[in-house]
Amino acid sequence: MKDLFAVVMLLGIYSLLSASFFVAMDAVDVAFTEAAVGAGISTLLMLVVITITGRSEKTTRHKPLLALLVVVFTGSMLIYGTFDMPYFGIADAPIHSHVAPRYIQESMKEVGIPNIVTSVLASYRAFDTFGEVVVIFTAGIGVMALLSVGRRPEENEKTTAIDDSMHEQYLVIRIVTKMLIPFILLYALYVQFHGDFGPGGGFQAGVIFAAAIILYTMLFGLTTARKVINQSFIQFIAAAGVLLYGCVGIVSMLNGANFFDYNALASDPVAGQHLGILLIEWGVGCTVASVMIMIFFNFAERREMQQNNEKINNIEGDSL
Amino acid sequence: MIIGLYNDWVVVVLMMIGLYIVIAHGNLIKKIVGLAIFQTSVFILYISMAKVEGGSAPILAEGIKQFSNPLPHVLILTAIVVGVATTALGLALVIRINEAYGSIEEEDIQHLDNQTQDETELQATEGEQS
Amino acid sequence: MISHLPVLQVIVPLMAAPICLLLKRSQLVWLFSLFASAIAFIISVLLLQQVMTSGVISYELGGWEAPWGIEYRIDQLNAFLLLIISGVSTVVLIAAQTSIEKEIPKEKHTLFYILYLLSLTGMLGIVSTGDAFNVFVFLEISSLSAYALIALGQDRRALWASYQYLIMGTIGATFILIGIGLMYQMTGTLNMQDLSQRLPDVAQTRTVFTAFAFVIVGVCLKLALFPLHLWLPNAYTYAPSIVTAFFAATATKVAIYLLIRFTFTVFGLSFSFTTLPLQELFLLLGLTGIFVASSAAIYQKNVKHVFAYSSIAQVGYIVVGFSTSTITGLTATLLHLFNHALMKSAIFLALGAVVYRLGNVQLSSFNGLGRQMPLTMAAIVIGGLSLIGVPLTVGFVSKWYLLTALLEKGWWPVAILILLGSLLAVIYVWRIVEAAYFKKPLAGSVPVKEAPLFFLIPIWLLITANIYFGIDSRLSLKVASAAAQSLLGVSP
Repeated sequence: MKDLFAVVMLLGIYSLLSASFFVAMDAVDVAFTEAAVGAGISTLLMLVVITITGRSEKTTRHKPLLALLVVVFTGSMLIYGTFDMPYFGIADAPIHSHVAPRYIQESMKEVGIPNIVTSVLASYRAFDTFGEVVVIFTAGIGVMALLSVGRRPEENEKTTAIDDSMHEQYLVIRIVTKMLIPFILLYALYVQFHGDFGPGGGFQAGVIFAAAIILYTMLFGLTTARKVINQSFIQFIAAAGVLLYGCVGIVSMLNGANFFDYNALASDPVAGQHLGILLIEWGVGCTVASVMIMIFFNFAERREMQQNNEKINNIEGDSL
Repeated sequence: MIIGLYNDWVVVVLMMIGLYIVIAHGNLIKKIVGLAIFQTSVFILYISMAKVEGGSAPILAEGIKQFSNPLPHVLILTAIVVGVATTALGLALVIRINEAYGSIEEEDIQHLDNQTQDETELQATEGEQS
Repeated sequence: MISHLPVLQVIVPLMAAPICLLLKRSQLVWLFSLFASAIAFIISVLLLQQVMTSGVISYELGGWEAPWGIEYRIDQLNAFLLLIISGVSTVVLIAAQTSIEKEIPKEKHTLFYILYLLSLTGMLGIVSTGDAFNVFVFLEISSLSAYALIALGQDRRALWASYQYLIMGTIGATFILIGIGLMYQMTGTLNMQDLSQRLPDVAQTRTVFTAFAFVIVGVCLKLALFPLHLWLPNAYTYAPSIVTAFFAATATKVAIYLLIRFTFTVFGLSFSFTTLPLQELFLLLGLTGIFVASSAAIYQKNVKHVFAYSSIAQVGYIVVGFSTSTITGLTATLLHLFNHALMKSAIFLALGAVVYRLGNVQLSSFNGLGRQMPLTMAAIVIGGLSLIGVPLTVGFVSKWYLLTALLEKGWWPVAILILLGSLLAVIYVWRIVEAAYFKKPLAGSVPVKEAPLFFLIPIWLLITANIYFGIDSRLSLKVASAAAQSLLGVSP
């Protein structure tokens, strides 16, 4: 397939399908995240990039025989490996009998929240989740290091003018979106707080929150959105999220327990766990939301810059 | 026995489609799409090993005895985030490459690189002769 | 506080990174990152001391005991690696401010330091952790920051190199993820110690075999072991000099650590070296790597390329030592990790100084540089001699142990090949020496001054360490052999 637009849309559909597959496999939290991230954010980012780079792929003449060979070899290796695997859905497979039972049986007593995935994520394996937040933070910083451009005020005015005239056409969409955005934000907060009881949590909430802002940006232009949320504020929130998460660990360390041992946060261990999980979920939510917005802003800014350059070139070409 | 493993085979096929796109295609965006497919298929591998027949989603509630394994879910939540982080960084690189080379095709870029290589070497030898 | 040292080792640079974003002023951020890195170094020294006197330290994160929570587990090997990584990072950072002034636009300096600290965090995290999945998470932290750091290079080829590295690195990481998943499926645990106890029961299954293969291939992609090395030369050449100096000394070392950890600790010696022809395979790949990369190094016009290829060759030596799987061989491997970190970081820093003065590192620009930058060039020469393995440098010590290990095993043809490989190193080092000392400067080139002090201090710190450990290798040897013994399960 040579049309990259179709390729990206198919990828989005693939992500959405695998998300529904995850629901069928009882992984509701994962499905939620995959739908928000795979089908939402990454598809969106790819579309932005395609508008910058052009949407058709060049035909190549060389035959990728070597690639085929590597893939067939790796694939047959994996198939070979599957022969000794426990069968699908069997309850006494090794993974269900060693570490996992404790999470299922004891987490209510030890952590005190019904969503086992959240208690494993935020308490038993809190350090992995901390690592995950740092990965997102790294990506945000990396994208900024690659794409951020110095602000040039004259160009900004020009873009505002162009955007305003353009958006006259989308009047209906703009009004509907304006009405929707508060609900999306509210939903994000619901997901943030409800993570202990049902599917959801800081990460999904952050992505949904970011989605609302991105929607606003797409319809009202980057400059308007920048007025609402400026770059250094976003950076501050991103850093604060990581620091909040880390500080929970440091406080429990100062209280004489191990890093991320929430039991030490309050006199009652379960209350301590609740407090710890609440705080770190906020840390996750802040960092994820702000990094997603930051990445999108940087992408959109590049796109705007390139389009401006093209416009200037066109005008110059016409005058010649 | 065939039935018991079919899910793994489907996953393997999906993974290999992804890997093939990464290796065989020259378009940089397509490579990243391939990576995304490859990673998502690995997620499916993890999630399908967590499933217990007759189990339900791992959220404690009255009257449910059998749960699917929550640990792979946690791992994959983390892995999804890592995946999107990689995708975002990769796309940022594609934008920069497009600006620097004016193309996002592997062939073109390699061609342009070879040219610059030759030019610098040419300059170097000229300098030595003079 | 002493009991929290294992986690502080990782947390200090990690927390320093977002704080840097709030500090903003480039000078301040530099001092702060230097400070954070120095603290990490001090912690690693304390940890090494503690491990050498009282044995393995285990730290349970979140207070959950091992297979349920994540465990940090520091033994001699980890502590040694932590020391190398944080030490090199600190020394290299001294020169950072001066070097990036010319190579990176001013508004990106803060971001550079943040990424640098994150990359350091990632590597320290990989080495400290005792949990297989945690390895993957921190591997991605270090890789993502590495891609961004490499792409900060001035040349547009840096972008392309970084992209290639991203693709290869992600495939490698995903392979490791598949391997970990299969292991988990067969044993139900992610803790390395727990894995090593539970894997033997299922060792004869095809799934474990596949898991092992995937982990090894994934790690080798990161390791840049021949023939999976293609991403490395350009990434090292076009990255900012500081980044090259840091990565050349640490990134491949972390990958080798993972290789050792998975083959020796997790899967166990008997599995790794009996079920698969791993020994022969690594010996073969290592030797081919030495020859292919060293010969490629000879023909390079860009001096950074020369040493990047030489890094691939050095990985070959390390892997050959590893493939003997004897105590002497492993000691040689570990010693070479340390020694190679010392030489390569010094050489690449010196090249950074040359870039600072000249703006490029083409071999032809080196003509006559021996007079103009005597101290810098002397450092490159000593580093080069060390790469060859001349007595009185660290290179000699590790080569000596490697040869002893090979002769102990009775593999004398391999030993001869190793010596021949060193001859190739003589050639590529000589080309640089010839240009710098025996050729006249190019007509029309402007004479340059010696490198600034902020370069000379770290370079000569590393060179002094190089010579010191070349003459008196008791300290490094003691740690390396203790680590090797504990890996092979022999009590010292």
